[in-house]
Amino acid sequence: MARKLLSSMNLPASTTSILSARSLYSAKDVLCKTELELMELLDIPMAVLASTLARVYESVCPPYRSVLSLWVERSTSEVSGGHLPTGLHELDHALCGGIPFGLITEIVGAAGVGKSQMCIMLSVLAAMPRAFGGLDGSVIYFDSEHKFSPGRMMEIAQHRFPDIFSDREMLQKLALRVLILHPTSVAGLMESLKQLEKAIIERSAKLIVIDSVAALMQSEFGRDRIFERQELLGQQASMLKFLAESFRMPVIVTNQVRTKGDNQRVGPTSTTSSHDGLNIGASLDFGEVGLENHLTAALGTKWAHSVNVRLVLESLVSGQYFIKIAKSPMSPAVAFPYRVTKGGLELDLDSKSSFHVKKEEHEYF
Amino acid sequence: MLLPLVHLYGPGVWRQEEEVLMDVVALPLPPSLRSKLQAAGYSTIDGSISPVQLARDVSITHEEALGIIKLVPSFNSTRIGFVSSGSADFGGQSAWDLLRNEKARRRIVTSCQELDSILGGGVCTKEMTEICGVPGVGKTQLGIQLAINVQIPISLGGLGGHAVYIDTEGSFMVERAVQMTESRVNELMKKASVDSQLKVNLENLKREVNVDHFLSHIYYFRIHDATEEVAVINSMEKFMVDHSEVRLIVIDSVTFHFRQGFDDMALRTRLLSTLSQKLMALAQKHDLAVVVVNQVTNKVTSEGLEVVPALGESWSHACTNRLILYWNDGQRLAYLFKSPSLPNATAAYDVSSRGITDAAYSYKKAKYT
Repeated sequence: MARKLLSSMNLPASTTSILSARSLYSAKDVLCKTELELMELLDIPMAVLASTLARVYESVCPPYRSVLSLWVERSTSEVSGGHLPTGLHELDHALCGGIPFGLITEIVGAAGVGKSQMCIMLSVLAAMPRAFGGLDGSVIYFDSEHKFSPGRMMEIAQHRFPDIFSDREMLQKLALRVLILHPTSVAGLMESLKQLEKAIIERSAKLIVIDSVAALMQSEFGRDRIFERQELLGQQASMLKFLAESFRMPVIVTNQVRTKGDNQRVGPTSTTSSHDGLNIGASLDFGEVGLENHLTAALGTKWAHSVNVRLVLESLVSGQYFIKIAKSPMSPAVAFPYRVTKGGLELDLDSKSSFHVKKEEHEYF
Repeated sequence: MLLPLVHLYGPGVWRQEEEVLMDVVALPLPPSLRSKLQAAGYSTIDGSISPVQLARDVSITHEEALGIIKLVPSFNSTRIGFVSSGSADFGGQSAWDLLRNEKARRRIVTSCQELDSILGGGVCTKEMTEICGVPGVGKTQLGIQLAINVQIPISLGGLGGHAVYIDTEGSFMVERAVQMTESRVNELMKKASVDSQLKVNLENLKREVNVDHFLSHIYYFRIHDATEEVAVINSMEKFMVDHSEVRLIVIDSVTFHFRQGFDDMALRTRLLSTLSQKLMALAQKHDLAVVVVNQVTNKVTSEGLEVVPALGESWSHACTNRLILYWNDGQRLAYLFKSPSLPNATAAYDVSSRGITDAAYSYKKAKYT
């Protein structure tokens, strides 16, 4: 809407010509100036300016929807209530059905906890026909770390659905549905994202995976170029959100962890004086379950604001893996033990550690 | 009759004849017209000058001249728009009147008693309240909760108003809003069924207190860039004409689109301050509460990194109240950091499937007070 042309807004011809003479062509050009600046620049009476602006506001302002109408639309038209089930039943239950459509879901974890495994598993699930709980669509998979293994995908598919994938033909069908892209630079990734709309429509894609969003960013932008990086991350988040919402599809991104510096824990000065250090920052700590406290998601707070759902995969010293819902507009903060098997990720609810989890659940509900 | 040798409202100087001299530079005039005035020797304009004379002196049309004169505030016109209780007070109000108005102001409850109490009963109408905090602490949740709670009917102690939700990040979850509304509606009906007065009219009340009714009165705007944000906020005035029942505007978040694509920081500051002025004016004029959600950012200080609300120093002056949400030992806390009438204080709250609730276990209160 920002690029909407002023000439398309039915403004009086005289006004339009004044605007274009001052090289104001789009809504953005006008609305990025204060009223006084505009008056100074355009040299027109206040009343004319006011009516011009009113017209511009009106044509740029998107229409409103009542939440009821959105709800009716979603609950009648969407598969499994607008979620991609992960197949991990307790997790699905906590997430109200699975990975939500229209939002960015981030999977964070240290190396080797199974982030890429989870992405591959979810790709298989999204490509499955509706009858088997899938989304019956193709998957666009950005693999910036070259971790995607087609063999592993086949293995997961065969172990999960041994009946369906008994012959080569079905496996081939599945494999054809997953489009792998290898962006080599941040600019390349951004460019692909810009072009993605067409690909999504053509291939009727139902899932976008970016594994990982941190790898390229961190290799290209050192600490000295942090502002540039933040700017790009913001744009990337904006684009992903736009795609997720426009096509009502889930977007999954993975992120790495890094060691948390001590000074990360400091809160606003005015408040720290009265409290003993606020636990602010994209911290993963979850004291009760005793997960590792010194790690935090990479890419900083701004990115953390941009993701809507954050799932954290962590491993304990004991070798037990946990998946935790660290941020979600829907779900309480719960954690489940899991293990990586031939069929992808599986919940491991029999192990001793589930005791803590139940206690946690009790507190939040 | 007054002898107002008082300097009032801007650069005008009052004279006994109830007229005012305005500096030409201070009038919002197109530059071409202004230079014409100055060239003709008018450095100030007298509000009582005849338009014909002005037109002749400056060689402009009569319409233009009248337009200029209308811009000069006359004694009478400045009084319009003020609630005047006396005759000679310039439309001002005594502190006593203000106090009385403040007491009568309505507040939107948060569903967490402790949080309500540090806010003096809830989020206040006619004010702008900023909620900031780390990702995942419950800013959006609080925003949705308020959009639901503003609709509690007056008979049940609420405002019975509608809500506008401006979503810039796409974080508004319809399912979540439905879930929270369901539990809120159930609670309200339970409360009404034990109330001796309301019990009689339970059927009537049901027509107002049900999930569909609540959901249909949250007006949702999804916007995708800063330009749209500016346009929506400026269109609110017009929106209010058809939706005078609106008592709450939530902007979640004001930050997102202003944190990228702005090379010119001075421009960003100017735009944001214009927006906050517009929002304040809306809040005052239509007796509604404005809640803006803000993100936090890392700031490099001499002591290392520090987490501060985004958008910088000038923005922090814009809001009447600022509520900071954060985690401590796995407990969500809210800290009232800035308020014109209430002391700084901390409250614990939880986010459950029902929405915002009282903290499940009492934390060591002594530590924070």
